[in-house]
Amino acid sequence: MAEFLQFLFSGLTVGAIYALIALGFSLIYNASHLINFAQGEFVMIGGMATVFLAAAGIELPLAALLAVLLAVAVAIAIERLGIAPAKGASVVGLIIVTIGASILIRGLAGIVWDRNFHSLPAISGEEPLVVMGATLLPQSLWIFGVTGLTALLLWFFFAKTLWGKAMMAAAYNPLAAQLVGIDTRRVVLVSFALAGALGALAGVLITPLAPTHFQVGVMLGLKGFAAAIVGGLGSGLGAIVGGLVIGIAEAMAAGYLASAYKDAVAFVIILLFLVLWPSGLFGLRGIERV
Amino acid sequence: MLLEITGLCSHYGRIRALDGVDLSVGDSELVAIVGANGAGKTTLLRTISGVQPASDGSIRFRGADITRTPPAKRVRLGIAQVPEGRQMFAPMSVEDNLILGGFTRPRHEIDSSLETVYGLFPRLKERRRQPAGTLSGGEQQMLAIARALMAKPDLLLMDEPSMGLAPRIVERIFDTIRELRSTGVTMLLVEQNAFAALSVADRGYVLESGRIVLAGRAAELLADDRVKAAYLGL
Ligand SMILES: Nc1ncnc2c1ncn2[C@@H]1O[C@H](COP(=O)(O)OP(=O)(O)OP(=O)(O)O)[C@@H](O)[C@H]1O
Ligand SMILES: [Mg+2]
Repeated sequence: MAEFLQFLFSGLTVGAIYALIALGFSLIYNASHLINFAQGEFVMIGGMATVFLAAAGIELPLAALLAVLLAVAVAIAIERLGIAPAKGASVVGLIIVTIGASILIRGLAGIVWDRNFHSLPAISGEEPLVVMGATLLPQSLWIFGVTGLTALLLWFFFAKTLWGKAMMAAAYNPLAAQLVGIDTRRVVLVSFALAGALGALAGVLITPLAPTHFQVGVMLGLKGFAAAIVGGLGSGLGAIVGGLVIGIAEAMAAGYLASAYKDAVAFVIILLFLVLWPSGLFGLRGIERV
Repeated sequence: MLLEITGLCSHYGRIRALDGVDLSVGDSELVAIVGANGAGKTTLLRTISGVQPASDGSIRFRGADITRTPPAKRVRLGIAQVPEGRQMFAPMSVEDNLILGGFTRPRHEIDSSLETVYGLFPRLKERRRQPAGTLSGGEQQMLAIARALMAKPDLLLMDEPSMGLAPRIVERIFDTIRELRSTGVTMLLVEQNAFAALSVADRGYVLESGRIVLAGRAAELLADDRVKAAYLGL
């Protein structure tokens, strides 16, 4: 039981991180029907920029904030320079643009920063709490709290505010959105900015538990993508549930089978869902096509 | 003139859907456009709203050139559209669809506008919490009209508001058009139902293969032998 609980805690922790990344995928998918394969790089920027800004003497909270802003700036640059000018390009063409952007960002990170692993101190120390025989790190509590709060804020924004509703409207019916005066290009830009912030936030939070590196975005991006597919691309609740499902499945596979299987789990789950259940747990495809 | 279009052309790839259209709409006028399937009626309204680019010619609204103005900005200038096929925000509630119709309006005016359109369509008020996609076809058409009215447009473009509806509902829609007309809303109405459209309109245009082939007072067009033969089935 203690062992199971231990795996569960670790699965929920990493799952919450995947959820934040998946939310970024879903935001951009909703606004533009794109899969943004640079999403993982925002996570990397969050961790690496915080590390290097902190090393330059900037206090940690400020360094983290600046890192998030840097990721937002990069996300905006991708949209302005890569997506917006390519009017009329196919979705596949634009997805390739995001793949190109991710390779470029990774390359630059390896040059501007370095190719070593780096960690950050945990926000509230490393003293674990013991819960029914299993240990829980305070950093996990921070991750649960920040992810939960972020999800709540996003829910409020999309369900209750006019701008949030306008962004959903642009996702459901871009033509009608334009005809009521919603600037759909601005919606895409805002989605990229938000996705950048969410990714970087995930990077800041996970670095104390899993060291960062200029290539860390590849795997984290794929896990977040898997989470978005499981939950149903475009669904906020789906992104959260999908993240937790992938995180827990990975932790259980690593714990009860062998840690070598850990990364394979996400891929097997992606394949299963793409083949058997492409709309995901909370996918809206059924209602959307009325 | 509220709307003045000269020499307007528009293409889908190499297909020319509009071929030098000249058309105008004056303040408080109701102008009808009739034409067969594929004549370019929808394309014309899409080009006026800016969701379809003009390849030549110009569109002036209240004297200002808006040919290259982005669609969202044209709504702010006062042009709203009831698009062909209703185009709901299907998973969203009726009320959210309406609120979004007023996206360009000052926040404090939305509630009173909601009451106004609910007064026009009491059925929508009963259904206001229901997802728009679950409404019947007629109810969706009412919602599409109500949503466009929420923008409080100076010019309302309507693309076949009666399409696919039962005669009783069609009558209801045309009653609404008459009501709007009496309150001074300027309208450009595209209709398959040429008789009904020309009966409520002040003026009309006949569009054929992207060109205006006839224009005049609606009553004259109704009496025109060519119109009778081609569009009124007489
Ligand atoms: N997306 C498109 N791609 C290519 N051609 C198009 C497209 N939309 C319309 N067309 C073509 O442009 C011409 C005008 O179409 P449009 O939809 O404006 O006609 P319409 O008068 O509204 O017809 P209907 O009465 O059937 O609604 C047609 O020949 C049509 O085939
Ligand atoms: Mg049409």
